[in-house]
This record gives sequence, C-alpha cells and structure tokens, in this order.
Amino acid sequence: MKCTVCREPAVIDLRRHNSNFCASHFTKFCRDQTQKAIDEFDMMTPADKVLVAVSGGKDSLAVWDILLDLGYAASGLYIGLGIGDYSDESKRYAREFAERRGAELIEIDLPAEYGYDIPEGSRAARRAPCSACGLSKRHLFDQAAVDGGFDVLVTGHNLDDEAAVLFGNVLHWQTEYLGRQHPVLPARHGFPRKVKPLVRLGEREMAAYCIVSGIDYIVDECPMAVGNKHIGYKNALNEIERTSPGTKADFYLSFLRKAASRFAGEAEESRDGLGACERCGAPSTADVCAFCRLVERATSARQPVELTRKGS
Amino acid sequence: MKLRHPTREVEVPGPISVVKLLNRLDLNRESVLLVRNGELVPGDAMLDDADLIEIRPVISGGAE
Repeated sequence: MKCTVCREPAVIDLRRHNSNFCASHFTKFCRDQTQKAIDEFDMMTPADKVLVAVSGGKDSLAVWDILLDLGYAASGLYIGLGIGDYSDESKRYAREFAERRGAELIEIDLPAEYGYDIPEGSRAARRAPCSACGLSKRHLFDQAAVDGGFDVLVTGHNLDDEAAVLFGNVLHWQTEYLGRQHPVLPARHGFPRKVKPLVRLGEREMAAYCIVSGIDYIVDECPMAVGNKHIGYKNALNEIERTSPGTKADFYLSFLRKAASRFAGEAEESRDGLGACERCGAPSTADVCAFCRLVERATSARQPVELTRKGS
Repeated sequence: MKLRHPTREVEVPGPISVVKLLNRLDLNRESVLLVRNGELVPGDAMLDDADLIEIRPVISGGAE
C-alpha cells in the first residue's frame, strides 16, 4: 500500500477518505484537518491565549501537539482525579509531554485541593463515575480558564466522541442537548469559550497520530469508564462504519450543517435561566451549583461519624 | 504470534495480512490499530511468525 500523496510506503489506510498516507503526510493530514475545523467554525486565532484540557490520553495530547505545531500559544491543564494507578500513570504522560514540548502544564489535584476523589464522589453523590468525573472536570476546566485569563478552552473531543454523543441524544431525543452540540460554545455567563478542534478526525486517526509522532499516552481505558454507554454507542457506530466507511463523519458533520440550528432555541432557553452559585460564583441554574453540591456530599461522607449511646 | 493489549499469545500461522488477522480474531478495523515491531502498519501489510504484534485499541470512553 502506497501513500496517496508521495507513493512512499503507507503506514495507515483511511477508508472514509479513500486514502493511504506515509507517516509525514499523515501528520500533515491531521494538522490540515485540525486547521480546517478551526477555520470552518471560527474557533480561535494564533493571537488567543489557549488552555488545553489534558488527560494524558491520545486525544488531548494530540490536539495539544498539533496546536503547538500550528503556532498557537497553548498551555495544558491536568486534573488529578484520584483514580489509583490510572491517575498516576496519566499524570506522568501529561508531564512527560509538557516537558518534551517545553509547554506550560497547570495541575490541579482533586483529592488534595477539594478533599475527594472520583470513586468517592461517585458513591457519595450517587452519580455514575463518568458523570461525577465529567461534572468535576467541566467545573475545574471552566474555572481555571476564566481565572487564568485564557481566551479559549480546548478539549480533545474527536469525531467519534461527537458522533457517539449525537447518537445518544438522538436515540433519546434530548433536544436541549442537541441544541448545544456544536464544536464551539461561545464565552458567556461566566463560561469560557470552548472549542473542539478534532471534530474532523476520528479516534483511530488520533491514536495513529500519537504513534507516528512518538507521543506516549495512556492506552488503557479508565477503569471507571469500562462498560459505559458511550463506549457502547461507539462500538455500534463502528459496526456501521465497518461496512459503510464515512457514515460517522456524515452523521455528525451533516447534523452540524443541516439540523443543529433547529435545536438552538431550546439550548438558549436553558442558558437564559442561569444565575451564579452562591458559594463559588460559577454559572448555575440552582442557588448552589452541582459541583459545590458534589463536593459537599463527597467530603461530608468522608468525615468520621461520632457514635453516641442511645439515650445518653 | 504474540499480541499485546491485553498481552496474550495466539496461534495464527504467518504470513498473514493485517486485515485477515483482524478478521480471524473477529476485531473491527475501525476500533484498532496494528503496530508491528513498534511501527504502525496498514491493512495490507504482511505479518510473519516472528513479528511482535500490538493490536492497539483506540476506543476511549468516559463521556458522561
């Protein structure tokens, strides 16, 4: 198999693009697709101060690497979630990458700074682990971006992530979520601008990008995410993709072009009801935001219970 | 043939192409990459008995 561009031996075949690439043209392909998404959705400019949410996984390290190569001033933000060896290892990959690229890495340690870890938070709040994790990360990423004076918060969500979320939202007709599913969320109500520059690239491509670029990342899945419904949606979409290459991209990118605007009104209505959390000041529809309630439940569950004799 | 992630040894006589190996193991090409002796290889690459093969899963979850 030869590279479609230079006829040198290919390292990857991309059936949905009907193309094969050698390592250097594949790297260029990933950079071009990222820049195309940035331009198409008016995500940011090289003058912006950029914060990349970094997990130590393939997508976040790849998008950070690509943005640095494209000339963006991008710092990383890593959140230690207290998920045992998995967190220790993912932090190591984030640090190694930052050191290799000479980039700033900001670190927040959830157990040390907020008094709980994701397994505890999940149990105490009676939320699924991925729900407690997502809630914690969203809050801390938003806060760090706003407090640090960053213009834009970048996440490594890729085409497969977005197609799987869209699939789930359509299956359950979550019309408010459909209205919010856009690769750019503008800064408003105390939220930073959030962008997803990898929406034109699949996760197979991001893993391949890391391999050919020599980026070490945590390959193993988060032990708390195993079996979650989004992985099931991804597997279902990949079964379709196996026989109809390009279906995932068409599903998601055509949604953005043809359907997303039809649901925008419902998302607007839900945003209009936002106030400020009375404890932390973050945007919230309730007096106390969901993150502060999670912290309260998780940390109160940790405090020792003083037992007293009945009647004493 | 030795496979990683998870590490296991399977009896598949080489030479065999990447696509045929994945079909034999009932793996979806969209969900994995194949790394031979540390190098990424495309679907038509031929694998030999002595090769160290990593079939790297690419699906990650965690979306809430």
